[in-house]
Amino acid sequence: MANVISDETIDYVGILAKLDLSAEQKEQAKKDMGRMLDYIDKLNELDTEGVEPMSHVFPVSNVFREDVVTNGDDSANTIQNAPEEKDGMFMVPRTVE
Amino acid sequence: MDILKLTAVQLAAKIKAKEVTVLEAVEAVLGQIEKKEAEFHCYVTVDREGARKRAEEVQRAIDAGTLKGPLAGVPVAIKDNMCTKDMLTTCSSKILDNFIPTFSAEAVIRLEEAGAVILGKTNMDEFAMGSTTETSAYGVTKNPWNKEHVPGGSSGGSAAAVAAEECFFALGSDTGGSIRQPASFCGVVGMKPTYGTVSRYGLIAYGSSLDQIGSLAKDVTDCATILEVISSHDKKDSTSVERKDADFTKALVNDVTGMKIGIPKDYFSKGIDPEVKGSVLAAANLLKEKGAVVEEFDLSLVEYAIPAYYTIAAAEASSNLERFDGVKYGYRTKEAEGLHDMYKKTRSEGFGEEVKRRIMLGSFVLSSGYYDAYYLKALKVKALIKKAFDEAFEKYDVILGPVAPTTAPRLGSSLSDPIKMYLGDIYTISVNLAGLPGISIPCGMDKAGLPIGLQLIGNSFQEKKLIQTAYAYEQARGVFLKKEGN
Amino acid sequence: MAKEYETVIGLEVHVELATKTKIFCGCSTEFGGAPNTHTCPVCTGMPGSLPVLNKQVVEYAIAVGLATNCSITQYCKFDRKNYFYPDNPQNYQISQLYLPICKNGSVEIETAEGKKQVRIHEIHMEEDAGKLIHDEWEDCSLVDYNRSGVPLIEIVSEPDMRSAEEVIAYLEKLRLIIQYLGASDCKLQEGSMRADVNLSVREKGAKEFGTRTEMKNLNSFKAIARAIEGERIRQIDLLEEGKQVIQETRRWDDNKEYSYAMRSKEDAQDYRYFPDPDLVPIQISDEWLAKIRDNQPEFRTEKMKRYKEEYEIPDYDIDIITNSKHLADLFEATVAICKQPKKVSNWLMVETMRLLKEQDMEPEDIRFSPENLAKLILLTDSKAINSTVAKEVFEVMFDKDMDPEAYVEEKGLKTVNDEGALRKTVEEVVAANPQSVEDYHNGKQKAIGFLVGQTMKAMQGKADPAMVNKLLKELLED
Repeated sequence: MANVISDETIDYVGILAKLDLSAEQKEQAKKDMGRMLDYIDKLNELDTEGVEPMSHVFPVSNVFREDVVTNGDDSANTIQNAPEEKDGMFMVPRTVE
Repeated sequence: MDILKLTAVQLAAKIKAKEVTVLEAVEAVLGQIEKKEAEFHCYVTVDREGARKRAEEVQRAIDAGTLKGPLAGVPVAIKDNMCTKDMLTTCSSKILDNFIPTFSAEAVIRLEEAGAVILGKTNMDEFAMGSTTETSAYGVTKNPWNKEHVPGGSSGGSAAAVAAEECFFALGSDTGGSIRQPASFCGVVGMKPTYGTVSRYGLIAYGSSLDQIGSLAKDVTDCATILEVISSHDKKDSTSVERKDADFTKALVNDVTGMKIGIPKDYFSKGIDPEVKGSVLAAANLLKEKGAVVEEFDLSLVEYAIPAYYTIAAAEASSNLERFDGVKYGYRTKEAEGLHDMYKKTRSEGFGEEVKRRIMLGSFVLSSGYYDAYYLKALKVKALIKKAFDEAFEKYDVILGPVAPTTAPRLGSSLSDPIKMYLGDIYTISVNLAGLPGISIPCGMDKAGLPIGLQLIGNSFQEKKLIQTAYAYEQARGVFLKKEGN
Repeated sequence: MAKEYETVIGLEVHVELATKTKIFCGCSTEFGGAPNTHTCPVCTGMPGSLPVLNKQVVEYAIAVGLATNCSITQYCKFDRKNYFYPDNPQNYQISQLYLPICKNGSVEIETAEGKKQVRIHEIHMEEDAGKLIHDEWEDCSLVDYNRSGVPLIEIVSEPDMRSAEEVIAYLEKLRLIIQYLGASDCKLQEGSMRADVNLSVREKGAKEFGTRTEMKNLNSFKAIARAIEGERIRQIDLLEEGKQVIQETRRWDDNKEYSYAMRSKEDAQDYRYFPDPDLVPIQISDEWLAKIRDNQPEFRTEKMKRYKEEYEIPDYDIDIITNSKHLADLFEATVAICKQPKKVSNWLMVETMRLLKEQDMEPEDIRFSPENLAKLILLTDSKAINSTVAKEVFEVMFDKDMDPEAYVEEKGLKTVNDEGALRKTVEEVVAANPQSVEDYHNGKQKAIGFLVGQTMKAMQGKADPAMVNKLLKELLED
C-alpha cells in the first residue's frame, strides 16, 4: 500500500469533518482511506496536461433571480424541526467563553 | 382482474374508464404491502391513512374532469431522500430520524399535481451511499426475486417495491447508478435522465453535480410517461435545464431500423459474469435482428471512471452533509461538552460507517495541499471521460452494455470490501460523470433465477432515442416474467 | 538606541449590499424583525434547498469594481468555504476564492502626508452569516438566521497602508464611492460596513513583511484607530522582548482596548474551498459591462466640478456637501425647488452641521426632506418669519421633518407686518424705558439695540427686526 495514513492525518480529518472516532475505528479508517487513495492514484496514469477541470458538465451560465421579495414570515417552518429552541431561535451550546 | 399486475399507465386508464377506483388501487397495494413488507422491507415509512385520504381527493378530481393525466390515481413510492411535506424524510439515516420537511421536492409536487397518490418513502443506502441498500439505518431491504440477495442500491427500496408490487412505480435518484443497478437486480425498468432534466430542488444532495432523479417502473412506457410528468425547468434549481422536447412518450415507437448502436468492447473484457455477458449480447442481437446497426467500439477510460467518481462524489458529499450538525433539524446527541463536542458526537452517532468513510475521504481530498492532486485531477479526468462519450456519440445513437458485472450479490457479502463494492459501479458511473441519460431493462436471468439488466446509454438530451430503442427491445423481448414463489 | 518600526496594514472590508432580497433566496434583507422571520429553507440550510443568485448582487459588485478601477472577471464562479459554526446554517459559506468578480483595483486617498494610491487585490461576493445571541440564563447561544444570506462584497486591499490615518482615509473613500453608487449605506455601527485589519510591523527599511495578525470586531472609526495603535504596540513589545508575533486572528475588545486571540484546536482554518456545484458560472458580456458603466452615477470629483460651474457657492461648502452622497442629494433636490443654492448651502453648512454634531449623527441620518427645507427658505425669503424663528422651526424640522408652513401657521409664528400694531408696541417700549431713550439721545447709539430687543420680546419674536429698527429711529428722532 503506497498511501500510509498517519494518526495525525486521521485526527486532522476528524477535526475538519467533525467526526469522533474510537481507536479501533481510527485504525480501520486509516486502512480504508489508504486503500482508497491508492486506488484514486490510478488517475495519475492519465496525462491531463492542459485539460480544463470540468465542474459543470453542461455550459450553462447566468442563472439569476430578480431582486424581488417573494418570501414572507416563514419562522414557524424554520424552527419546526429544531432539536432545541428558545424564543424562536435555535439553541446551541455556548459559542464564546 | 388483478390490479397489482397492471402497469402505472394501464392502471390510470382503467381508473379513467371507471373500471377501477383510486381507492381500490390504493387498497390493493396497501394489502400487498401488508402481506410482503415483513419479508422484503421496501419502505421506511408507509402513510396508509394519508394515501386513503388522498385517494378520495384524487377520485373526486378525476370524476370532476379536472385530473386527466396518464398517472392520475396511481399509487407511487418515493425514495426517502426526497423531501415530502409533513412526511418523515430520513435518507435512511439516524441523523434524520425525526425530520419532517416543510416543503416537498419539485419532482414530488409534479407527481402530486398529476394525481399520483403517495404511499410512503422507500428504503435506501444511507444518504444514497452504497450499492446494496444495506447501509440503511432502518434495516436491509431484500430482493423480491430471492430474499437471500440484496435488491441493489442505493434506490433498493424503490426497485424492490416495484418488483414486489408494493407500488405501481417509484421515484429514485441516481448519482453513480443508484436507479439503474437496483432496477437491474430487481428485474424492473429504471431510467436516469440527462442531468438537469428533473429538478433537484428537495432532493437531499449526495453529489450535487451527479445527482439526478428518475423513475423505477414496470416497463418503458411507464418510465417515459413518468419522465414527461416529472421533468421541468425549475427556477429554484440553477442547474435545471429547459427542455423543448419533453414529450417523451412520443418516442414510444417500436422501430429501430437504422438506429446505430455501439457496444464498448471494454465493458466485456474482464470481471464480467459470463451469464450477464451472454444475456446482454443476446439483447444486442435482438436489436440487430430488428434492423439496428450494432457494432463494437473502444470506449476509452472506462477504468478511470470509478476513482474519478469517488473523488468527486466524496468531496461534494463531505460538504453537502456538513449541514447535519444537530442545530437546525434531525438528531442531536444527548450529552455534549460545548459546541464542537456536540457537533462531533451528533455526527459520529448519527452517521453510519459508509457515510463517515466517504465524508472523511471527501474532506481529505479537498484539504489544503491535496486539492490539486486529487480533486482537480478528478475534474480533469471527468472532462476526458465526457470527451470520450462525445466522440462515441458522433458515431452512435445509443451505447449498449450491461448495468452491472454480476447479478444481485448475497446479503452481507459486499460491505466488508468497499473497493470491491465500488467496482460493481463500473458500467453506470461514467454516465453520471458525463451527465448522460441511461436506462436499465431486464434482459434475462442467471441460473439462480436472478434478473440481469441491459443498459442503454444516450447522448445528453437524447432521451427519445434511448426510449425508442428500449421500447423496441422490450417489445421484441416479450413479457418478462417473475419466477414462481413470489 | 530604540529601533524604529513601520506599521504595515491591509484591510478586508465587508459591505452589505442594498438589495431588497438576500443573495440566494427571495427573503427580505430588511434590518430588524423578530428572530427567523426573514428566513426560508434556502437561507437556513434545509436539506434539499438550493441557491439561485440575485442578479442585482452581481451588478452592484461590478459597479463597485468599476468605481475602484478593478478589472472585472468576465467568467467568474462561486466556491464553498467549509467551516462549522452555528451562524452558518450549511456549515459552508458560499463565497468566491478562485475567480473573484473584481481584481487589481485601486483608490486614491489623501491624508496630511499627501496623496497616495491604495491597491485593491480583489472584490468578491459572498453571503452573510446569521446572528448569535448569548443567553446568560441558560448558558447557551441562540441563533437567528434573519441576516443569513444577506449579500456582501468583501474588498481586500493590498498591505499598502502605514497608519490609522491612512486606514480611515481609505475606509472613508470606499464608503463614499459605495454610497454614491447606492450599493450600500455603509454604516459601521449597524454593521453594514465592517473592516478586518491585517497588521504587521517591521523595522524601518526592512524589505520583508513581518508576521501579521488579523483583527476583527471593529465597529467604528475610533475603534479601528485604537485597535491599530494597540496592536502596533503589542507587536513591537513582543519583538523588543525578542519574542515572535504569531499569525492568528484576534478579537478587539474596544472597552478593554486590547485584542484577544481567537484560537481553538477545533479551528483548523482549512476551508476546503471548491466550486459550488449548485450554482452555475457567471459570464459578464462586454455589453452588460458597458451598460453598467453607462449607468454609473456622477462621482464626487465630477460633482464638485459641476457644483463650481452651476452653483455659486464656496469651494469649502462644495467640499463638505459632496463628502456625503445623502447631503449632496438633499442639496440638489432642495435647490431644484427653491432655486437658491447659496441659502440651501448655508442651512446645510451651519444649522444642519451643528445639529448633526450635537446629536452625534452622520449626514446619512438626516431625516428632513428637500421639500420642507425649500419651504422654510421661502418662508424666510418672503419675510413671513424672521431668521430667529426660522432657526427654531428648523430645529423642530430636523427632528420631525414636519411641514414648516403648517407648523408656523399652527403655532402663530408669522411675523407681524402690520405697521400700526407694531408702532403701538414700539411706543409702549419707548415709554417704559426712559433711561435708554436718554442714553440714545446722549449719543449712546448702542441703546437702540436694547430697545429693539425689548420690542421683539414684547412681540414674542414675531416682528421683522429691520422694521422695528426703522420705527424706533423714527420715534426717537422726533
